[in-house]
Amino acid sequence: MSSTNKPLRSAQETQAIVARGLRRRYWAERRFRAYGFMAVVAGMAFLVYLFFVIFSNGLGAFRQTELRLDIFYDPAIVDPLGTRKSDDLQAADYQALIRAALKQRFPEVEGRAATRELTRLVSGSAAFDLQRRVMEDHTLIGTAEPRWLLASDAVDLLQKGHVDRVLAEAERPLNDRQLAWLDTLAADGALELKFNKTFLTGGDSREPERAGIWGAVAGSFFTLLLTLLLSFPIGVATAIYLEEFAHRNRWTDLIEVNINNLAAVPSIVFGLLGLAVFIGFFGLPRSAPLVGAMVLTLLTLPTIIIASRAALKAVPPSIREAALGMGASKIQMVVHHVLPLAMPGMLTGTIIGMARALGESAPLLMIGMVAFIVDVPKGITDPATALPVQVFLWSDSPERGFVEKTSGAIIVLLAFLVVMNTTAVILRKRFERRW
Amino acid sequence: MTPAALLLALVLLSVGAFWIGKSRSLALVGGHRGVRNLHSLPSHYGVMTAMWCALPALAVIGLWLVFQDAIILRLITGHLPAGVRELPANELSLVLNDVRNLIAGNIAADAASGPVRAAAAEYLHLRGISRMALTVLVMAMAVGAVVVVRNRITPELRARNGVERVVEWMLIGCSTIAVFTTIGIVASVAFEAFRFFSYVSPIDFLFGTSWSPQMAIRVDQVGSSGSFGAVPLFAGTALISFIAMMISVPIGLYSAIYLAEYAHPNFRTWAKPLLEVLAGVPTVVYGFFAALTVGPALRGWGAGLGLDVASESALAAGLVMGIMIIPFVSSLADDMISAVPQSLRDGAYALGATRSETIKQVVLRAALPGIVGGVLLAVSRAIGETMIVVMAAGLAANLTANPLEAVTTVTVQIVTLLVGDQEFDSPKTLAAFALGLVLFLVTLALNVLALHIVRKYREQYE
Repeated sequence: MSSTNKPLRSAQETQAIVARGLRRRYWAERRFRAYGFMAVVAGMAFLVYLFFVIFSNGLGAFRQTELRLDIFYDPAIVDPLGTRKSDDLQAADYQALIRAALKQRFPEVEGRAATRELTRLVSGSAAFDLQRRVMEDHTLIGTAEPRWLLASDAVDLLQKGHVDRVLAEAERPLNDRQLAWLDTLAADGALELKFNKTFLTGGDSREPERAGIWGAVAGSFFTLLLTLLLSFPIGVATAIYLEEFAHRNRWTDLIEVNINNLAAVPSIVFGLLGLAVFIGFFGLPRSAPLVGAMVLTLLTLPTIIIASRAALKAVPPSIREAALGMGASKIQMVVHHVLPLAMPGMLTGTIIGMARALGESAPLLMIGMVAFIVDVPKGITDPATALPVQVFLWSDSPERGFVEKTSGAIIVLLAFLVVMNTTAVILRKRFERRW
Repeated sequence: MTPAALLLALVLLSVGAFWIGKSRSLALVGGHRGVRNLHSLPSHYGVMTAMWCALPALAVIGLWLVFQDAIILRLITGHLPAGVRELPANELSLVLNDVRNLIAGNIAADAASGPVRAAAAEYLHLRGISRMALTVLVMAMAVGAVVVVRNRITPELRARNGVERVVEWMLIGCSTIAVFTTIGIVASVAFEAFRFFSYVSPIDFLFGTSWSPQMAIRVDQVGSSGSFGAVPLFAGTALISFIAMMISVPIGLYSAIYLAEYAHPNFRTWAKPLLEVLAGVPTVVYGFFAALTVGPALRGWGAGLGLDVASESALAAGLVMGIMIIPFVSSLADDMISAVPQSLRDGAYALGATRSETIKQVVLRAALPGIVGGVLLAVSRAIGETMIVVMAAGLAANLTANPLEAVTTVTVQIVTLLVGDQEFDSPKTLAAFALGLVLFLVTLALNVLALHIVRKYREQYE
């Protein structure tokens, strides 16, 4: 034993060694702690920056530039045959009314090129607005009224400050002449940013100023409604079986392993399943909320099952024993006593699952809910798209105006998610029971 | 009746059946005062009657609707003119498709040829007959069942036991859906993948280094056989996932340590949910953020430093994906750190270790298996992530390890191959399923491994 030959360190010496290292060790301690704090701050900074980018880009989508023109509903243009029949009124050239109004407003503009530049200030879809107005009220024909018309997206971008006036003329979407006209209009108070109703109530469009999210919201609504109707009963039933009835054996172990694994399977794989089985094998329609809902059901089931089982586990066994002791059957015990107590937890889990389903887009791309669809879907078999998929579609569009619309759609999507998650949190807080 | 109307009628009938069964059982024992002479509650007799009314009828409706279309199509194929009937199988299916589109109103009636129009008319006629037959059959079954069951009800009938057995079987049925989903995924994806492997050998697919999945429209076209070597995709996926993990593991782990060991409880209660918001943001939002902000910013900085950064660089996609994954790593690591028994920490403190020394040398070592499991789960999430890479990573299959270049990933290629209208049996479409199979197997292996590690670790301290 060689160590016994060495002289032992005295207590003072040991203390001196420790004291010498202390400064360094305390520094390391503080450094380590600071790293941890910085990591938390970094995570939050990302979050704040993400929201800042989305909101600073997207708030503009809720406002839209409109310009006021004195429209004269010229009978010679609107109803040249004088029949006042819907078919004739529908076929009329409403663009001509706008051209005439512009001509009257800017009488000095001559020549084809200049006139074309002038008409480009107004959105191509403003004519539909006039058409609808005349179709609704035939008495307008022959009268004149000042009317706010949708401006083109270039004008809208200028008005929102996304166009640099200092840039060379060729690099701007608007040339000097157009800027001058717009300035006269603005000086008259005939060019204004107004609340963008179209964005919230319209369907998709290739023109940014005309595009709305209502079609996507309706598609998401149908899809989610059906997902809820399918996944909630199935999820709760599965949880009840596994938690209250099943004996532990190989079969239930297999089910459990399956559920846990499905929770971590990439969502796009569920989309492949939907494409191959629901569309390829069963021949269900492409792009329909029906198929989307079936895929999302499979996707959200694990979430709901896991949450529901946790809720059932939290109900104390004494409740079950009391019910059984009073002569209730197992089903009666579950339906009358356990289920009502576990319901808030199950609902919380379901809402969280639904929120996840609302934000999901990859599987919907697989089953074709990614088409350009102008009409608002009216049922579960109509072609539709969903809110996140609309975000994806718009983010792919080359027009600058769509950047704003994309962010605006994201804001709406996030608003829905915030509402759902807040409901879940409130539900949990309100009905949480400690036994 | 249309199937929807039939279902509605069946629901109404079942409600009626419930009422009939319930009142019959009560009538047998002379009203509410005699209830104790019944074996089960009156409502059990009602539910039993309703079940006999609805369940067999539902089964018939389901089977009928599944087979109706195929049978009618077979019938009208037999009645098509001989010239059409003897077309090769794929052209015949085109004609039948026309018939279907005509019925669905996707093509105008005058655009279709004579035989197609005749076939469509016959289809509608046959479908009308089939629906009428179904209605009569279902109604007869439902009403008949109610009559029979009503007459069978006696006070001794063990209605509750029967009803509860059916309910239990329904519960069992629901719980098997998870298993069927897995089987469905494996079977469908594997089936299409094997069809793909009949065009392209698995060796070429798994080890080939050139990916250009365009297929020729004409046989004699240049480059008519696309090449399906998926190694560049695997490499791209690995590169982006690696970058993501380089971001998320340190940040996630350090924030978990800080929140679990250092932070004041008040700070923790609002910081933890806030970090988890990052996981709740839809991935399409991250994708947009990456494509709109991060990609161009990296390009700009790169230009400032004299580097050539692709606008759809792997770095941009990986960075944003890393941000998305932070909460996965941090909340799992947090769980694992919290599961380490306090006694281990106390032991280290008693030996004079500082807090950070305790964490680094005792807590993290004890929690290591769990953390590794959590990181593996995060890797599997990164590999399967789709929207961020679809929107922010490139399409060109470059085999490179340079994070500043554009790479493509497995999920991006699946989306590109399948979005849009394609025929179902070209190698191009099937390649997506082969990629899906690889993706599923890899993530499955990672998940099983990770869950195994985590479970073993949890048991260790329980």
